[in-house]
Amino acid sequence: MVNKQAMIQTVNLNCFYGSNHVLRDLNIEIMKNEIFGIIGPANSGKTTFLRALNRLNDVKAGYSQKGAILFENQNAADLPDNLLRKKIGIIFALPQVLPVTIYQNVAYGPKVHGITNKSTVDGIVEMSLKRSYLWDEVKDRLSLPAPRLSGGQQQRLCIARTLAVEPDVILYDEPCSGLDPISTAKVEDAMGELKANYTQILVTNNTKQAARVADRTAFFLMGEMIEVDDTDVIFTNPRDKRTDDYVTGRFG
Amino acid sequence: MKNFAKTREKIAFTILGLATFIVVLPILLTIYYVVSNGSPAVTWEFLSKSPTNGMTEGGIFPAILGTVILIIGTMICSLPIGILSAIYLVEYAKDNLFTRLIKLSVVNLSGIPSIVYGLFGFTLFVVFFRLGTSIVAGALTLAIMSLPVIITATKEALESVPNTYREISLSLGATKWQTVRYCVLPYAIPGILTGTVLSLSRAAGETAPILFTVAAFYLTQLPHSIFDQVMALPYHLYVISTQVPNMPTQISFATGFVLIALVFIMNLFSIILRAHYRKKKQW
Repeated sequence: MVNKQAMIQTVNLNCFYGSNHVLRDLNIEIMKNEIFGIIGPANSGKTTFLRALNRLNDVKAGYSQKGAILFENQNAADLPDNLLRKKIGIIFALPQVLPVTIYQNVAYGPKVHGITNKSTVDGIVEMSLKRSYLWDEVKDRLSLPAPRLSGGQQQRLCIARTLAVEPDVILYDEPCSGLDPISTAKVEDAMGELKANYTQILVTNNTKQAARVADRTAFFLMGEMIEVDDTDVIFTNPRDKRTDDYVTGRFG
Repeated sequence: MKNFAKTREKIAFTILGLATFIVVLPILLTIYYVVSNGSPAVTWEFLSKSPTNGMTEGGIFPAILGTVILIIGTMICSLPIGILSAIYLVEYAKDNLFTRLIKLSVVNLSGIPSIVYGLFGFTLFVVFFRLGTSIVAGALTLAIMSLPVIITATKEALESVPNTYREISLSLGATKWQTVRYCVLPYAIPGILTGTVLSLSRAAGETAPILFTVAAFYLTQLPHSIFDQVMALPYHLYVISTQVPNMPTQISFATGFVLIALVFIMNLFSIILRAHYRKKKQW
């Protein structure tokens, strides 16, 4: 099922906040259409890695990086950052909606990319909400302020908003950390459906979630990638003892 | 057993309430004093006629008109520059020693006494740029005086917009400018309005900056161009209170009343605008 074509490659990627070396010598290859899980304790650089991919780190003071990130075999640094971010969308840890209506949240992306035709935008909004499994719950109240939705609905709205700009890659930064199990299941269902068309990278604190949805999983510790392999190998027969300790909950 | 914590809380509340009362009292007393002494003299004639008989009779229309013109001129000169530079400082400028120095000096500029701005405006606009004592020179001086307050208020309004809005917008592929335009400015406008109107109200009431740059003691006719002098309410009030013998106090208070009313109308306008923008925002 997983395509053998690399979507994203990092070559000796090193990331720094000031003099703080947060990621060391990362060489990762992420294949097209796979769900790539990243697990590891807090402060192991998982989020920094995600935000390096769509260059959201660049806007933070004191950030610098060395090494290269290849996006579809092209150096990501050569692409204009807004175009790169259009192709690599991100879902943040806490559901973050804009304080406008449900419709306007989804339509924001198309608007900044110059799509103004009302019926085209309507179509994009409907399609995106359907793909994120939210349409049936909100189709009659698209003009409701988005912050009034429940946490799980807001997170699926965020997914719809990302889908509306038609990315190739979707990054998830602990997308279910604030959600109840049922909402989590809905988000995971959406991820499974999206697999056919998108490459997805999932950072999670919940190792079981990685075990459930990821094709391959990487284990990060203190800014280094300890191990990467097929998910069932990582969870049943890891090579490194530290990985074994972490996935079996003996860590620390 | 006595509840000491509750007693202490009561004492604290009393002190806090008393402090607030002391703040509000002088404002209320001033307004009451000015309004009760001045309002009998505020007639349509007072608002629409020129002063006559050595300013002890007639109206103050030229001074009202002059102040309104100066406020509009100040707004035109200071608003765009102030708001745009604040956007640059908050959203675009890199955080380094140079920009920190600029931010610090902007904050400190708002503490400079207004008479210093008056002297500065006189030397720069009236003498050096040969604008003479004129509406342009006065409005520019008031604009320079208002700029630090406008920039600081706009800066604070922009900084109070949650960073997550910027990240959402950027992550969807918006450019920096689109982000500022659609995801930051709409939420900062109420704050910007408040600060701006506050600084313009202050400009409307200042005497020192217009003393050497625009204000006239008495003019027989209304200004024809922006290079003419005008009379202005605060200066007129100063003149009739100190320079004119046998001045009926009623007229001084009435002039003060009109000035307060003018500032109040400006604030009312900003409150209405703010409410309008708040209605559009949905939390």
